[in-house]
Amino acid sequence: MEKFDAIVVGAGPSGNAAAYTLSKAGLSVLQIERGEYPGSKNVQGAILYSDALEKIIPEFRDEAPLERHIIEQRMWVLDDDSYIGTNYRSDAFNKTPYNRYTILRAQFDKWFSEKVSQAGALVICETTVTDLIMDKQRVVGVRTDRENGDILADIVILADGVNSLLAKKAGFHPEINPGDVALAVKEILFLPQETLESRFNVKEGEGVVIEMIGKITQGMMGTGFLYTNNESVTIGVGCMLSDFKETRLSPYLLLEKMKAHPAIKPLIEGGEMKEYTAHLIPEGGLKAMPQIYGDGWMIVGDSGMFVNAVHREGSNLAMTTGQMAAQTVIELKQSGKEMSRKNLAVYRAKLDASFVMKDLAKYKDMPGVFHANRQFFTTYPELVNKAAHTMLTVDGVDKKTKEREIIRSFTRSRSLAGLVGDAYKMWRALR
Amino acid sequence: MNVNVEEKLFQNRYKVDHDRPHISIINAEICSAECKTQQCTHICPAACYKAEGSGRVVLITDGCLECGTCRIICDDYRNVAWEYPRGGYGILFKFG
Repeated sequence: MEKFDAIVVGAGPSGNAAAYTLSKAGLSVLQIERGEYPGSKNVQGAILYSDALEKIIPEFRDEAPLERHIIEQRMWVLDDDSYIGTNYRSDAFNKTPYNRYTILRAQFDKWFSEKVSQAGALVICETTVTDLIMDKQRVVGVRTDRENGDILADIVILADGVNSLLAKKAGFHPEINPGDVALAVKEILFLPQETLESRFNVKEGEGVVIEMIGKITQGMMGTGFLYTNNESVTIGVGCMLSDFKETRLSPYLLLEKMKAHPAIKPLIEGGEMKEYTAHLIPEGGLKAMPQIYGDGWMIVGDSGMFVNAVHREGSNLAMTTGQMAAQTVIELKQSGKEMSRKNLAVYRAKLDASFVMKDLAKYKDMPGVFHANRQFFTTYPELVNKAAHTMLTVDGVDKKTKEREIIRSFTRSRSLAGLVGDAYKMWRALR
Repeated sequence: MNVNVEEKLFQNRYKVDHDRPHISIINAEICSAECKTQQCTHICPAACYKAEGSGRVVLITDGCLECGTCRIICDDYRNVAWEYPRGGYGILFKFG
């Protein structure tokens, strides 16, 4: 049976980062991908954060298929037929090196995978890993759906995505809780480039992201988004699965209603829909994180819950975890140590010292607070929109009276104690 | 509002593994006799699960987006057997 230094399961951002880093260091690497080509099974919004990739492939900007660099971020809080929001736009974001880009994952992952092959890894597509091969408590290889498809390795890196079936089958962690994962659906809508640029007030290569919260999720804990690509926009909405289960609302209905919102509709008017996708996002945070390493195995990316839901970051955590897992393997290999649970603890230590665990620790209470306090997704969006409407309607009523009316609307909905309590909860969860 | 999800799925590219569905209902009896909510029939983003008048739930995986929702939300009965399609089969995202 063939044996490699390392097997990487999956060719998304975390798997590619791991396979690339390992191969560059001269290890023999087999990467297995179930899609027709790397990227054909992968779904994301998608924003690429430069920093994480730059630390792996510094010259990526010259080669990677990137759509638009982001110069403006809009945050919208929506009521049924209005929104109130903030914009941040800066010319500093228009200076190279750009900080983030929109990408199309099917194209980007394909490019990243070519880099992995060039670095020396053997990349096999159209092959599904069905099980881990165990020797007592130790992972020694993988079983694939190919004939004579068993392959051995010193270490198996699981980059198999949010569903994380392999670790589950092996008993490393239980099934995901519906409260720890969001279901997002999205569409890509094609528009002529000039139309898109005039609608979003940008020039060639410049892009806008709009993050949304409020009535579009119909009382569920979730967010919506609209991102500009070169000649298309990506629009989507996601909510926690536990909320979907409770409300039994169909995600595509949510998306259609969002597209019909009077503030959103004009932005996407005439867009030609060319793909509809759905994906789970592991948003349980630090408290839902499974064991991420053991004898002969490590978990990277979405399968390890490495997502910062508050800041909409995931692919950067994926790449960084992939890189750090690989660095751990390289160090152990160089010092002739075995890939045991004890030695692989270095991986966790590296993550702890990085932004990955620091950010996840900072926001560890956020999922719980949002689950228990649905008013952040319902009552408040409604109240702030109504407040803006009251203040901005000129109707002969004096401003002092309007202020009192607004304050009354807040205390009526949430009571003074409720308002103070909510502010305190947010402060505690965010500090 | 009425949404035709089939129209959306029509834009997608699939390589269907005929007669080898990658997801199956373990015990149809549980869906019809015990599960009162049948949330899969509402929440599956590709509407692969359909509630029939008789109380049965029928699953056709051809339009599956391979998200995993049905498996995770069936946490009261764990009645969904869920695997990835064979290598190369299933949804093939053009843009992702």
